[in-house]
Amino acid sequence: MSASTAPSAHHAAREFTPLPAQHEPRHLSPLTALPALTALPTLTTPDDDAHLRDLHTRLVREAEEHGQLDVAYRTVSSAVGDLLLAATPAGVVRVAFAQEDFDVVLTELAARLSPRVLAAPRRLDAAARQLEEYFAGSRRRFDVPIDLTLAAGFRRQVLQTLQTLPTIAYGRTASYAEVARAAGSERAVRAVGSACATNPVPVLVPCHRVVRSDGTFGGYRGGVEAKRLLLGLEGVTA
Amino acid sequence: MRPFEQVVAEHGATVLRVCRAVAGPDHADDAWSETFLAAMRAYPDLPAETNVQAWLVTIARRKSIDTHRARSRTHPTDQVPERPSTHGQPGGWERDLWEAIGDLPAKQQSAVVYHHVAGLPHAEVAALLGGTPAAARRAAADGIARLRRTYLEEVR
Repeated sequence: MSASTAPSAHHAAREFTPLPAQHEPRHLSPLTALPALTALPTLTTPDDDAHLRDLHTRLVREAEEHGQLDVAYRTVSSAVGDLLLAATPAGVVRVAFAQEDFDVVLTELAARLSPRVLAAPRRLDAAARQLEEYFAGSRRRFDVPIDLTLAAGFRRQVLQTLQTLPTIAYGRTASYAEVARAAGSERAVRAVGSACATNPVPVLVPCHRVVRSDGTFGGYRGGVEAKRLLLGLEGVTA
Repeated sequence: MRPFEQVVAEHGATVLRVCRAVAGPDHADDAWSETFLAAMRAYPDLPAETNVQAWLVTIARRKSIDTHRARSRTHPTDQVPERPSTHGQPGGWERDLWEAIGDLPAKQQSAVVYHHVAGLPHAEVAALLGGTPAAARRAAADGIARLRRTYLEEVR
């Protein structure tokens, strides 16, 4: 019995022809000595990829049940390219643009929040669906829990202001100075700029509606083109 | 520290092989899930220099043995209880062979599983088992020799 014909020859032998003891190879290396063992290092089946996906789904479910899924993520496609969405049990904690490099973003989340990170779409189903509706023009405000853990101090205050400020509802814009005033720190215009530039949950927290006093759009984490596109979608033109 | 998702993606298949070899086909999935749940729980506190593959493989073997224990609770014995006849090849792989691996003495089983199934070098295996790389190599060789006897006898 040679190693190369192992599986079929082996099974034929096992059903019809008892293998005589003296035919057992004794001078080969252990792996080739037992033909079926040549498969040991791989030990895979053709449907292993699908099987591992099922096991992954089960792991996500059980990790969630045990309260150890600290960060769940998924991607969605949108008019401004693929977006990475990540959520803690408290809410959506991060929205990232493709140009930020998703691997880098996930590594940052592992470092800053917890390395217990899994691709787990379900926790982000609602956010993904609402984003889809937003990009289709049928949704004007988001109604999902947001976790602002990644923003601290005044920056966080600015983002909270953006979530509630009626003057920058869908289709409207405000200047950095106006947002600074609304956030309770009239002179902190530059700080508002950096709060917007580092907004961990863009689109959901609408920093794209904050523009320069002269009416030009200013910078954006997802690139100026993305900002223009979002505002265009909402009917704002510069 | 890398996101745990990357750990699952990189080592999921290896852990599945170990679980199949030690827990047997019917309980491999449970062992795999237990392994990654336990690993995920401990992961944030894992020392940076840890060999993640070796770490996972030892958890996988332990969890796989636990699935045997859970089944044999009513028959307190060192021997793994007899299992139903499993002729044929469910899933297209050598079901009986993996059961034979499950029945090896502990040290030989560890050496065979860590080296031949998980692909760890003998030096890594020695670090996990204690003892020298030469002893690890010998345990793996003895395990293979024993498999050759028991498994081929079964075939006969």
